Amino acid sequence: MTRDRRLAWINGLLLPLFNVLTAFLATAIVFILINVNPIEATKILIYGAFGYEEGIGYTLYYTTNFIFTGLAVAVAFHAGLFNIGGEGQAYIGGLGTALVALYIDPTLSAWLIIPLGIFGGLLFGAMWAIIPAYLQAYRGSHIVITTIMFNFLASALMVYLLVHVLREMGQMSPQSKDFPDSAWIPFVHEVFAGMGIKIAQSPLNLSIFIALIFSALVWFFLWHTRWGFAIRATGKSNDAAVYSGINPKKIIIVTMCISGALAGLVGINELMGVQHRLLLDFNYGYGFGGIAVALMGRNHPIGIIIAALLFGILYQGGMDLAFEMQNVSRHIIVVMQGLVILFCGGLEYLYRPLLIRFLAPIET
Amino acid sequence: MAKSNIAIELTDVDKHFGAVHANDKVSLSVKSGTIHGIVGENGAGKSTLMSILYGFYQSDSGQIKVFDKEFRATSSKQSIEAGIGMVHQHFMFVDNFTVLENVILGSEGGALISESLSKARVELTRLAKEYGLEVELDVAVEELSVGMQQRVEILKGLYKGAKVLILDEPTGVLTPQESDELFRIFEALKKQGVTIILITHKLREIMSITDYVSVMRAGKMVAHRQTSETNPEELAELMIGRKVLLNIVKTEAKSGNPLLIANNLEIYNEQGIKRVSEVSFEARSGEILGIAGVTGNGQGTLLKALAGILPLSKGSIEILGETISPKRHLNPQELRNLGVAHVPEDRQKMGMIADFSASETALLGYQNDKEINQGVWLKRSSVKANCESIMEAFDVRPTNPDLKSSNFSGGNQQKLILAREFERDPEVLIIGQPTRGVDIGAIEFIRKRIIDMRDAGKAIILISVELEEIMSISDRIIVMCDGEITGTVDVSDADEATLGMMMANALPSDKKITEAQL
Repeated sequence: MTRDRRLAWINGLLLPLFNVLTAFLATAIVFILINVNPIEATKILIYGAFGYEEGIGYTLYYTTNFIFTGLAVAVAFHAGLFNIGGEGQAYIGGLGTALVALYIDPTLSAWLIIPLGIFGGLLFGAMWAIIPAYLQAYRGSHIVITTIMFNFLASALMVYLLVHVLREMGQMSPQSKDFPDSAWIPFVHEVFAGMGIKIAQSPLNLSIFIALIFSALVWFFLWHTRWGFAIRATGKSNDAAVYSGINPKKIIIVTMCISGALAGLVGINELMGVQHRLLLDFNYGYGFGGIAVALMGRNHPIGIIIAALLFGILYQGGMDLAFEMQNVSRHIIVVMQGLVILFCGGLEYLYRPLLIRFLAPIET
Repeated sequence: MAKSNIAIELTDVDKHFGAVHANDKVSLSVKSGTIHGIVGENGAGKSTLMSILYGFYQSDSGQIKVFDKEFRATSSKQSIEAGIGMVHQHFMFVDNFTVLENVILGSEGGALISESLSKARVELTRLAKEYGLEVELDVAVEELSVGMQQRVEILKGLYKGAKVLILDEPTGVLTPQESDELFRIFEALKKQGVTIILITHKLREIMSITDYVSVMRAGKMVAHRQTSETNPEELAELMIGRKVLLNIVKTEAKSGNPLLIANNLEIYNEQGIKRVSEVSFEARSGEILGIAGVTGNGQGTLLKALAGILPLSKGSIEILGETISPKRHLNPQELRNLGVAHVPEDRQKMGMIADFSASETALLGYQNDKEINQGVWLKRSSVKANCESIMEAFDVRPTNPDLKSSNFSGGNQQKLILAREFERDPEVLIIGQPTRGVDIGAIEFIRKRIIDMRDAGKAIILISVELEEIMSISDRIIVMCDGEITGTVDVSDADEATLGMMMANALPSDKKITEAQL
């Protein structure tokens, strides 16, 4: 293997692997500090995530959300933009999906309503990202700051809409009326039941295939179209992009639209897939989780799918862990997620010099 | 202080950067009170070696002695304490501070600035007298000319007690006249016992000013000579390891119709500063128009405007049947479609993307071409095949389209960029610094290719800071100073002295008028 290839393997596979293992090691230390046997905890976590059908269903259902937000962060990152606004874009994207589901003629076919719902999510997610993008491109306001602010705006807007506008008549809690049946994306257990196979009920629905399709589309777009090339060129070198006739301002707008649109698909899984109504905070944590997923997945769709799966495992296994062990709170998920972000994001290159020295030393 | 008269002694200094062996067991001894030149091609390891002396890098192995004392610097502070001062290629100033403030930067002393300022003023006045380095102390550095700024850098070194001054390519930014002035300062410093290490790749300077010269090639120190006992031919051969003919044989130009006519251009750069005004010229087919000038006198800005990167604020460019004006801007893509190729001055930042594969760098600017796109699909296999074929045409080595662009040598990167621009058969070529940072073998190749394009009837506009390059391949030369054209000469009438005067805008005015008209 040439040195270049070895370096690619180190960067693409070994580094994220070592980083995740370190994060787990640190989590183990946290467990010891709160008097929990880490081996015991790991067993419960793994069993919670994979040990029974319902657990697997939940794991993959969480994974679906993380794939959407992970892709969103990754696309922006290829243009050199740090989109922190996945949280808000997912929220508003969900609004778009819900509006389609609530106001469309319910007698129409699901084959029409669901694609329209997807389109609504894409459109609203993109619209929510376009304002920070415009401010970055033409007014020089930093996208990190504006997208964070837009998360708060999204949150406030949704509370207003759900309390005053979209709340079901006579209902106390801030949520919309139920979507019509034709706007429900089928659960996987229903599909299996239709084929005569009985599996446990879980929120896992066909949205996971939509997530996989979009992963493939993102891969094709970034590496096999001229627009993807333009985005990556701009992200790597603004000067070179300008030189080749690319307008970086346009790239910022287009890329953020795509990024926001992808984040906006969280609502497909959460609302059309599971809740079947619009409600508060369905997006909670997925936008930020997407940043960690993209970092860990090296901004490549395949990496993102793997990283999203890991986060799905942590979410589902962590819930079971909190349920099973008295001195573990459910916030342990946040701790683990934080440690993964710390080691995969903040300390990304911690092991790089070491790995290079042992596996790809300089040829003299 | 020193018993022996050796100021700096390096023994077997070794330094790696990743896969690059930048310094390979380098040994060097510099006699106190002499001017010692270090020559070598770009990338031979000269700057690395000096950065080790100045504490920017640490050597992997080897021994360094400064005035007979063991020396290993981990910061520039230690080097300054040991008596080493460095004048970098790019000056290290806070531009809006005065000369005085810049000099005490980093050695402010106590809490009150006024005290150290007045102390420094006395000391600097003394130094300036002693070495003939008069500079106004209370002027902001940004208001000084480049030559003056360089003096301030030298003063800064001396003020900090430097007994050895290292100058990295000090004349790269100077006019020939300013360079001569600098050399006079060197002589004065030498008389006062200061040791000077001069890093350069210009043999003329080595021959005229140094006492000793050491030659580096590919990270190795290949020879030490007493300057009086060597000659430029020998040094050039040592630098590149073989004999080369730098004078390219070219036939008389058969210039035809003007393909590009610039009328009274005024251009602002990216920062909104006016860099070009009242510039008019024409570029004819079958002719190389050289634009000479000291770096930063508007040539770069002009080049970007010709390539469509910067808009015009006044004037117009007629180019291949289109007219560009402040109201009608054509972007680089549109110009490319029209038949204008652009080789940018800054190869690393603009001409290529270091992290991209060679095939992607070769795609830059042509990503929308019909031949490689099928609907939305960018056909990677065609991109690769295309890259392979232009690599072969321009002898880019290694011929591997998948290799990362940054892993090619400077010369091969440049050849790849030229191949990309030349192989699409453009009509007008705008070329900036075609051979900067390129090894001598590749320089020959590149210049021949440019002349081939001329002979094929293309109009070529060439910008270079190397006067020698401008003079050896252009057919007509215009000189720019401070954003304006200060002279136009035919290459047969051009000599270095006149061009130098024009570069400094120091020609008598009547002569300027006659030569400036087209």
